[in-house]
Amino acid sequence: MGRITLQGVRKAFGSHTVIHGADLDIADGSFVVFVGPSGCGKTTLLRLIAGLEDVTDGRILIDGSNVVGVAAAKRGLSMVFQSYALYPHMSVRGNIGFGLKMAGVARPEINRKVEAAAATLNLTPYLDRKPRELSGGQRQRVAIGRAIVREPKAFLFDEPLSNLDAALRVQMRLEITTLQKQLATTAIYVTHDQVEAMTMADRIVVLNAGRIEQFGSPLELYDRPDNLFVAGFIGSPRMNFIGKEMAKRYGAPTIGIRPEHLRAARDGEGWQGVVSVAEHLGSDTFLHVDVPEIGRLTARSVGELGLTTGDRVRLSPDPARIHRFDADGRAIRS
Amino acid sequence: MTAETRALGRLLLGPAVALLFVWMIVPLAMTIYFSTLHYNLLNPGMEQFVGLENYIYFLTDPAFLASLYNTLVLVGSVLVLTIVLGTLIALLLDQVVVGRSIVRLMVIAPFFVMPTVSALVWKNLLMHPVSGLFAWIATSLGLTPIDWFANAPLVAIILIVAWQWLPFATLILLTALQSLDEEQREAAEMDGAGPFSSFLYVTLPHLARPITVVILIETIFLLTVFAEIFVTTGGGPGLATTNIAFLIYAQALIQYDVGSASAGGMVAVVIANIVAFFLVRIVGRNLEA
Ligand SMILES: Nc1ncnc2c1ncn2[C@@H]1O[C@H](COP(=O)(O)OP(=O)(O)OP(=O)(O)O)[C@@H](O)[C@H]1O
Ligand SMILES: [Mg+2]
Repeated sequence: MGRITLQGVRKAFGSHTVIHGADLDIADGSFVVFVGPSGCGKTTLLRLIAGLEDVTDGRILIDGSNVVGVAAAKRGLSMVFQSYALYPHMSVRGNIGFGLKMAGVARPEINRKVEAAAATLNLTPYLDRKPRELSGGQRQRVAIGRAIVREPKAFLFDEPLSNLDAALRVQMRLEITTLQKQLATTAIYVTHDQVEAMTMADRIVVLNAGRIEQFGSPLELYDRPDNLFVAGFIGSPRMNFIGKEMAKRYGAPTIGIRPEHLRAARDGEGWQGVVSVAEHLGSDTFLHVDVPEIGRLTARSVGELGLTTGDRVRLSPDPARIHRFDADGRAIRS
Repeated sequence: MTAETRALGRLLLGPAVALLFVWMIVPLAMTIYFSTLHYNLLNPGMEQFVGLENYIYFLTDPAFLASLYNTLVLVGSVLVLTIVLGTLIALLLDQVVVGRSIVRLMVIAPFFVMPTVSALVWKNLLMHPVSGLFAWIATSLGLTPIDWFANAPLVAIILIVAWQWLPFATLILLTALQSLDEEQREAAEMDGAGPFSSFLYVTLPHLARPITVVILIETIFLLTVFAEIFVTTGGGPGLATTNIAFLIYAQALIQYDVGSASAGGMVAVVIANIVAFFLVRIVGRNLEA
């Protein structure tokens, strides 16, 4: 069991408030990703849950009981750190088994569990090596092994893949999600990479400057962002925002349209503009188009259109996919 | 490293190594030469070759075994004291948040006091059986003051020398502590390690290398402690505080016997090498990568 509930959690360092009252309810067994720009408080929130930092205000419940004031070790959570934080002088076996050893588990039992964890993570050949004799990905796996072997109520991950190269990141991403589904243990995963967030999460928490902007499934955030921040943060390339006269025509101070919902064509309906940059990815084309009175818009179209810099183009938005925002940046739902 | 850079490295190291070699070899050769002579300063011009007689004389002197024992006790005790206390103080200082640099300066201060001066301070202001601070504390508590240099002379010397080397050990260990990755400590905390286990399994292994450095460096200097003994006890009472270095001095300048003192010097070199050999075998592997 691992249901984690935050109620009005606030954290201040001195007079500087970093988390302004967070309320969350994380269901047992779900994979929740905290995402947000650098410095928004993701790590702080995770450390508050872990018990490595004391809350200034509010309550944190794990399976219904308040853990504020309970030592980190007693919360039944385990954490994978960004720097892995492996014990450099212990072998892989020692690293993975350390938590069990501290819990006073008998030696044969430790060995059995460590070997089982190592087998799941393909670490068996490396059990007697020291961390410095491992590659980055292997170290990452040891850190994960250390987390799973204790059978915690929840895993906490703080940007665990940020030190890996792109290819390995994609592979580890898959491994972590598979493992989490297989163990059916709650996981909280911090990242600033929205692709990681979208691909891994059951539900995403978008944080901005210490506030939770929205909590929902990846598709909810994509289809129905609550506000301008979430709309701009989720999705790549970024959503186009249009203000002024053009937005008024749609009855809102600001409207947003995702690049993939702007259809580009050489002629026909829509806003007329000039291609300023065309990025050809093969499968997709990103067109950066200057439209008079609106500004620079990005359009994404599947395949090749054969358009290059200087070409005239027509952009027509999909009317059902236009997001409208009020003067405070909140979504207008109709 | 390519063969080329290695060759260049050797070439550039050459002059320094040659200079150091000459610097060492000349005094060493002269000492060896003197150690084979019968050479007493009271009868100048009467030097004559006597082979290994000086060595036999020095090694069979009962003072030799006594001073060898004192040397080892002194080195061992000071090492234990400075490393244990140094680790504890470093752990404390690592917690200090405000005024860190001032505290650090205060801790390192004794290191800058000359051995003679600190020995005099200890002898006359602290350990003096009548006017010393320790005597005053003892009398205020209704106890009989200890006459340190008469009743526990070697302990007194050990305390003085340990006091001088404590800052060095503390500083090295503190610097090492501050380089310990905070996340490692937190990982141990999440793994359920209490303060003691965390120290034992995370901090202490991290300190293994700096402790090795402290042991090696301190040993080099502790084998030759002299000023503290000269100023306080003069090697006595009897031979109670005579170490090898002091014995050699006593041979050369109290008995004016240069030959025997040189032989003693050579013996000291051999002892230092034996100690170094064992030290490197025991703790030196901590220094490898
Ligand atoms: N110990 C601390 N003392 C004071 N301020 C802190 C402390 N730790 C974090 N902060 C501040 O809290 C804010 C949030 O920090 P946090 O580390 O949670 O950000 P983050 O979202 O994890 O960012 P990143 O993606 O860069 O890791 C930052 O403005 C940071 O300066
Ligand atoms: Mg962070």
